[in-house]
Amino acid sequence: MRSTTTRRGRTVVVALAAAACTLVTACGAGESREDAAPEPAEDVPGITEDTITIGGHWPLTGVAAPGYSEIPGGAQAYFDYVNENGGIGGRDIELVIKDDAYNPTNTTQVTNELVQQDEVFGIVGGLGTPTHSAVIDFLNEEGVPDLFVSSGARKWGETPEEYPYTFGWQPDYVIEGKVIGQYIAENMPDAQVGLFLQDDDFGEDGEMGVRQFIDDQIVETVRYTPGNTDVGPQVAALQAAGADLVLGFNVPSYTALSQLVALRLGYEPQWYYSNVGSDPNLVGSLLARFSEGAVEDDASLLDGVMTSEYIPGVDSPDNPWVQLWQEVWDAHGEEGELTNYRIYGMSWAYTFVQAAMAAGDDLSRDGIVEALESGGAGFVGPGYGPFRYSADSHLGLSGLKVVELQGGVGEELTDVLVTDLGDAEITEDASAAGDAPPENGVPSAG
Amino acid sequence: MAERTLALPDRLRRVTDDTLGRHLLAGLVGAVVVVLLLSFLGGFRVSQLASFSYLAIAAAGLTVLTGLNGQLSLGHGAFMAIGAYTTAVLQRTELGLPLVVVLVAAVLVAGAVGVVVGLAAARLHGPYIAGATLALAIAVPGLAIFWRDLLGGEQGLTVPLPDVPAWFADAVFFLTATDPSSSRYVAYLAGLALVAVLVLLANVARSRTGRRWQAVRDDEVAAQLAGIDLGRARVLAFVVSAACAGLAGGFMAFVVRLTAPSGFTLTLSLTLLTAIVLGGLGSLTGALIGAGLLTFLPQVVTSVGGDVGLSDVQSAELAPLVYGLVMVLVILLAPGGLVGTIRLKRAERAARRAAAAGATASTGAPTSADERTRAASGTGATTGPEDPQHDAPPSTERKRSS
Amino acid sequence: MQQLTTTLLTGLTLGAVFSAFALALVMIWRSTRIVNFAQAPMAMVTTYVALVLIDAGASYWVGFVAALLSGFVLGAVIERVVVRHVEGKAELNAVILTLGLFIVLHAAAALVFGSRFRSFPAPFGVRGLTVGDSTIPLTGFGIFTLVSVLVVMGLLVALFRGTDIGLRMRAAAFGPEVARLLGVKVGRMLTLGWALASVVGSLSGLLIAGGGLVHPGYMDSVVVYGFVAAVLGGLESPGGAVVGGLSLGLTLSVVSGYVGSEVVPLAALLVLVVVLLVRPGGLFSTVHERRV
Repeated sequence: MRSTTTRRGRTVVVALAAAACTLVTACGAGESREDAAPEPAEDVPGITEDTITIGGHWPLTGVAAPGYSEIPGGAQAYFDYVNENGGIGGRDIELVIKDDAYNPTNTTQVTNELVQQDEVFGIVGGLGTPTHSAVIDFLNEEGVPDLFVSSGARKWGETPEEYPYTFGWQPDYVIEGKVIGQYIAENMPDAQVGLFLQDDDFGEDGEMGVRQFIDDQIVETVRYTPGNTDVGPQVAALQAAGADLVLGFNVPSYTALSQLVALRLGYEPQWYYSNVGSDPNLVGSLLARFSEGAVEDDASLLDGVMTSEYIPGVDSPDNPWVQLWQEVWDAHGEEGELTNYRIYGMSWAYTFVQAAMAAGDDLSRDGIVEALESGGAGFVGPGYGPFRYSADSHLGLSGLKVVELQGGVGEELTDVLVTDLGDAEITEDASAAGDAPPENGVPSAG
Repeated sequence: MAERTLALPDRLRRVTDDTLGRHLLAGLVGAVVVVLLLSFLGGFRVSQLASFSYLAIAAAGLTVLTGLNGQLSLGHGAFMAIGAYTTAVLQRTELGLPLVVVLVAAVLVAGAVGVVVGLAAARLHGPYIAGATLALAIAVPGLAIFWRDLLGGEQGLTVPLPDVPAWFADAVFFLTATDPSSSRYVAYLAGLALVAVLVLLANVARSRTGRRWQAVRDDEVAAQLAGIDLGRARVLAFVVSAACAGLAGGFMAFVVRLTAPSGFTLTLSLTLLTAIVLGGLGSLTGALIGAGLLTFLPQVVTSVGGDVGLSDVQSAELAPLVYGLVMVLVILLAPGGLVGTIRLKRAERAARRAAAAGATASTGAPTSADERTRAASGTGATTGPEDPQHDAPPSTERKRSS
Repeated sequence: MQQLTTTLLTGLTLGAVFSAFALALVMIWRSTRIVNFAQAPMAMVTTYVALVLIDAGASYWVGFVAALLSGFVLGAVIERVVVRHVEGKAELNAVILTLGLFIVLHAAAALVFGSRFRSFPAPFGVRGLTVGDSTIPLTGFGIFTLVSVLVVMGLLVALFRGTDIGLRMRAAAFGPEVARLLGVKVGRMLTLGWALASVVGSLSGLLIAGGGLVHPGYMDSVVVYGFVAAVLGGLESPGGAVVGGLSLGLTLSVVSGYVGSEVVPLAALLVLVVVLLVRPGGLFSTVHERRV
């Protein structure tokens, strides 16, 4: 009895081993690297005959969701509009939207999914400075186009030799800091300035720009961590230092929170908030509830606050671009009104279509990078200033206006000011601001 | 001829009879499985397997601590953070330290902190140790923000991947005719480390140390009377599990390529707890199953949610809802977890067979009770004598037969 | 000076909230010997109930009452349906169970109410009180917080010391067997204990939410601080819970203001460890540990 089980046992083992070896060899084992045949050229990921698949990560939930969660909806609406009008060279654009809750650990996970599972052609509009910082190395190593990051950190475009596939889009925080810094130096030279900064490159870049002009006027710098909603100690420190002008480089929730704490402390400085955190309708709606509807008009809760603008928003309904966006939203938007965040999404979606058209019919990953570097600076779009895309810089829009909010509308305090990083001068240049959108709202090829 | 055919099964049996041998053999098989899987799966699956590996390493350490030694720790996310940050900081220096050194450092640092925490925790029990480790889980990530210059603050530290060593690349090419990327290399290491950790923990669990841990869990007074130093046993168990969590954190740093405070929230510690409860407290197989469920189930549940019509964001919440519910049901109905329940069923079936096979009435009932307790006690304190599952049948049988 | 006043006043209001939460934990511990880690998401869920009503147009006070009522119901249901099965059994089971409930309630709230950060109203205003020239950083809402916690405490004391049902609840907690023999429906008293504790927990949830941002995780750190406060005062002692809460609130506020808000959880941990190692029963305890 024992001998038969042994023989059977041995036969089974031998059979299994043989099967394993065959399987392994079939999958290509046994060759040395020199003998192996070269691999055939692959198709471009994300591109088929009728579709271009792109994707991105946004905070659909979490502390940065108020406002920012609307951005991909705007982009989606514009892409649907373009698809209806023939798409890009006959291909429809498909946008994969993933939530990272403004949490960098989630960002790496969903970006991994987008690149390896959904096999997107490129990442577009990835949102957030701390979040996107976590994936920029990965994307550039894998050669995935990383276009129009929704953040103004300078690292997206300052060193194309380090990150050749990454492009910024909006004016970076450094030039915003420079513009407001110069404005303060010229118009409020006696102000005691306090800085209210997000504790990452967002805050650091803004601080860098500001300090170029008013370093000696800054009396206090405080930082907050997104996720910790208690900013009492920070605002109290600003008050204690005697700051009568506070510059905030923060996301919208923290605009509301800082306003709230200031009310409690009876602290009333002049406020400036970066354009990414200052939408009066959004912040107003967050604040209105706190005062239990005592103030009727939400947007007016931010009256007197200064900020900057670089594309036309819902407060300029007569602007031809805004009219185009309204048309797109009415036709393809999900529920809700057109907001500045949706316009933001549509604006970079427009630039994406421009770049893809410019890259030609045989769209490839390197091809779209080429197209942006060689032709991007000449793209006509809704921005007040021109793009800076070139082989030496992947930074985007370069023009801003300083405005003061009154009743939800930004009243101009300066003309369009155009500048760049470092020592570049700030010049008044409104030439790009007057460009109108094309007839049918879709950019043309070339 | 007969001798040669006898030699094979005999030698094999000698190996499998010996605990160490059995574990090593299982480890060898496991290592082969790991290598085969990682050689032939696509990039996305490989990264999922890498995630599974580090989660399983942490879960294995935690199940030994909680299941065998009875100390509930909700702070193992903090030890993972310590291991991850150590790895990140060392990997980013220009010293070019070999990967093994970096990971060993992560283990040592986490273990050292484990000594400190273990000393404090050894004197606590039940909800007190739970609350204290919960506070630890929240406190440690805050330190990364406080020391923002060294530890990167809220943005965190990006972790550069190690270069693939030439011998490894050649070996993988020989097997699959493709070059392995750095992330695949990390996945291989994580999988093999998992196998090694499991073999180690399995041996410890069966050793005298493991029995001491269980004695401390079951009855403090009796253990002390038997000469076991409570404090030392508890601290040792804590250190071992903290070291495992530190290693897991080190791998996590390479897999996620980022160490940021947001990666080590309370959710991570609760996820580990869920994994070991679902699988079965004290069981290493259970830790594997639990970690597997938590790595692979969310995607399945999310797609089901999408089919049912929920938005993406809502579907993402479906997974924690499901496994939270299952955890509650498990604790209420089957505290032994998956593995514990299976063992219990097997023991019950065996007992029933023994009773039906004609054992005498007086020995029938106690045997089934004994078998049940024996099967259940291997899975942790939650299926101890107080568990209602064990109360009714044996005692009523006994009463009736007498 | 200004910063010190701000810090202390913030600490006081924060401490009041911790006291309320700690009180809820203590009540549950006294009746069923379980630390209810799920108290935080329970409070969060009831706050969302209030938010839903307020969104639909109801006034703050309607939402307030609704939150407290739903807290009562939620506490009773959870005790009767879920927790009853682990009462009196191994400690580990109960802890794991409440953690499981933590996860379930968290995910359910995110699913039903959404995970966005929403603002929550605060009655009596969010401006600091102006006294002459300067502003005291104490808002009307802050005063309301302090007053409501004191009122609740007073009501609970009156309930337990002065009423029949309070007596029955205490009997059910301390001597369930004897109480049963004397005709006390022990099971129902335990359920009532959980229900009342949950009401207090809901109150703390509303007080934290007022004038701030609400999201499914907003109460998560409170469970740790509430637990530390309860342990500080002694899990047996409701008075201790209040004192523990206030002192912890002040301590953490000072740490937050002068060292940094990132190390606040670490400070709480240190407080907890020191208390547990030096005086495990809490500051107000009389129980001594058993040694062999």
